[in-house]
Amino acid sequence: MTLSHCLLLATALFSIGVYGLLTRRHAIAVLLSVELMANAANICFVAFSRFRGGSGQLFALFALALTVAEVAVGLALVILLYRSHRDTRIDLASEMKL
Amino acid sequence: MSATLGFGVVAACALLSAVFVVRAVDLIRAVLWLGITLVATAALYAMLGASFLAGVQLLLYVGGVMTLMVFGVMITRRHEGIAPTATDTVRPVRGAVVAAALFGLVAAAIVNTEGLDEAPARALAPLTLADLGRSILVEHLLAFEALSLLLLAAIIGAVVIARRRDPGPLDEPTEASR
Repeated sequence: MTLSHCLLLATALFSIGVYGLLTRRHAIAVLLSVELMANAANICFVAFSRFRGGSGQLFALFALALTVAEVAVGLALVILLYRSHRDTRIDLASEMKL
Repeated sequence: MSATLGFGVVAACALLSAVFVVRAVDLIRAVLWLGITLVATAALYAMLGASFLAGVQLLLYVGGVMTLMVFGVMITRRHEGIAPTATDTVRPVRGAVVAAALFGLVAAAIVNTEGLDEAPARALAPLTLADLGRSILVEHLLAFEALSLLLLAAIIGAVVIARRRDPGPLDEPTEASR
């Protein structure tokens, strides 16, 4: 297990997340893809911290908390979308209003 | 050698379940596959010497976020996911091309970077939990407090966005109100 292995794994996970982001239409599925991408970024932080030192672990910890906040607000938006349209296709969000 | 094998197993688990996350038609299954990906990531963190982060990942993500996601799916559940219709074939292809191009570009950059896998000049002391705690609460205290403020703002924001404005009529939106 080397640094480049970890980085390649993170890149692959990120790319899968990008694929999901571009192809899924359900808002929650899009959120899941964003989770995958954030997770991949965190792997990079931890890998660099392990092989190069520095405060990567700390950064990953903060990024984790940020992602959780993002999920909470994102799900609230999805619920709002569902309440106003009875549907959760992400395309509908373009005309969403409070 | 066993570390390489373990890394291979964990990486295979993470990648496979990630593919299922973006391909699963049923959303609940997609959420559960994401759980597998996150557990595999936690295992990877533990292998990289970040055991505290692995624990946080398990508690926060697999415990908290997954539950939240399952709730979200159940609340907004109407049809069994949204299956890609027969006419919708160009979208996956486009997404796959973009994702593959991104992967190729970044992977080439990683492979072509020299000295990436060389050991650093001086041996690194493993980061202990005490170091991490001191780092959070002494060195980066301001960032830590800002983060707690952000979490508070996110909670209030989520409640404000998702609360019911007036009970009753919003449940059945008429065509005119859309």
